[in-house]
Amino acid sequence: MFWTVTESLLKGFGSTLELFALTLIFALPLGLIISFGSMSKIKPINWFVRTFVWIIRGTPLMLQLIIIFYVPGFVGMWAREQQTSNFIIEWLATWKVIDRFAAALISFVINYACYFSEIYRGGIESISKGQYEACHVLGMSKSQAFFHVVLLQVVKRIIPPMSNEIITLVKDTSLARIISVYEIIWSGESFIKSDGLLWPLFYTGVFFLIACGLLTIIFNRIEKKLSYFSV
Amino acid sequence: MAILEVNNLTKNFGSTKVLKGISFSLEEGKVLSIIGSSGSGKTTLLRCINGLETATTGKIAVNDKVVFDSNITDKNELKELKKNQQNIGLVFQQFNLFPQYTALGNVTLAMKLAAKKRPDYKHNKKAILEEIDATAKKFLDKVGLSDKLNNYPCELSGGQQQRVSIARALAMNPQILFFDEPTSALDPELTGEILKTIRQLAEDNMTMVIVTHEMNFAKDVSDEVIFMDDGVIAEHGSPEDVLVNPKNPRTQAFLNTYEK
Repeated sequence: MFWTVTESLLKGFGSTLELFALTLIFALPLGLIISFGSMSKIKPINWFVRTFVWIIRGTPLMLQLIIIFYVPGFVGMWAREQQTSNFIIEWLATWKVIDRFAAALISFVINYACYFSEIYRGGIESISKGQYEACHVLGMSKSQAFFHVVLLQVVKRIIPPMSNEIITLVKDTSLARIISVYEIIWSGESFIKSDGLLWPLFYTGVFFLIACGLLTIIFNRIEKKLSYFSV
Repeated sequence: MAILEVNNLTKNFGSTKVLKGISFSLEEGKVLSIIGSSGSGKTTLLRCINGLETATTGKIAVNDKVVFDSNITDKNELKELKKNQQNIGLVFQQFNLFPQYTALGNVTLAMKLAAKKRPDYKHNKKAILEEIDATAKKFLDKVGLSDKLNNYPCELSGGQQQRVSIARALAMNPQILFFDEPTSALDPELTGEILKTIRQLAEDNMTMVIVTHEMNFAKDVSDEVIFMDDGVIAEHGSPEDVLVNPKNPRTQAFLNTYEK
């Protein structure tokens, strides 16, 4: 039985890890772009991005999952029922129910990108103006200053809050089951219903502990690697 | 011939007038010290000349090339002015070294980035980078840090960090080197090594403008001294004139606070 359960949980955990990894791959760069938006001197962009971040951070991730999963299907259905027709309605009529996993991924990417953006913003704004000024008087361009001087200092500053957020993400992935994305907790819970077994549910915790333990080790390694300089 | 010419420079921060019409010129190879109480506008003047602040009105020229002119608004012309600004070096009060680079890396970074734009960069990459390293080592040697090339800023004393930043500024081959209170962030026992370095540069006929609170040093190293007060040049002359026999009562009052 142990091996059957392990095998089943591993399958569920595979889906969890896939969601986790893909979210990171998209949300880390997207967060940086959003942070530039929230620091933009162009008022409308700044206002728009900050409002967006406020909405995403201010509403439950679970609600966002549900909305992103259900809304496209409903909008498409509504549009197809309309008597009048113009190009917007026609376009909306092509909207279909989206894939569960894709919906979960989109929700996680948007949600986490917003959290990351605030961490980036904090990191970038904490770098002293003197660093940019030194670059300026040495004839570097603004992008050279950012990529060759500021960025690594920002990375060093944000490793602790980032590791926190990324470890939270491992566990947040289980929220995807609300839109029926198969993941490890679902897999563990199914043994209660099918075999009356409770222990597989506790067993799922071991998988999370191992994943978070590994992440902690990785982040400690990065921190150590960047300890040769101080910011 | 004047290497630096500042003409009727003004700078307002909102409604506060920080610089109220500054004009002076400096001959090549001379050392100018700017003194004055805090809030008198000396750092703002320095920052305007270096392009870290944009002056409100006036004109600045270095070696007959305009680096700032409030009448110029054309974008291409402004770009040209920015290029001319490369002829000015600046040493900061807080050093502003790049913490993740070694002493050598701090000096070479800007040069290496600039070298990428050279047409022969791809073919001669190795030779070019070696040449840059050699140049950087020469300047670090000049400030007495040839044994600290591979140390990171956090492994260096404040005085050593400031000397790295002087080497970094020198490596850009500036026609004028500015210092913004170069010893103010240092422990008193470390100021000597910086002053010695600046003195050496003066002996090499480097044109320098030094904002400083070190009166004895200013007296000793400068060819000219400017006393700034409330956004204007209150007194300008030889160190003898300004620091020993000041005519302006404001200068006298300022210097009296130092003698106590």
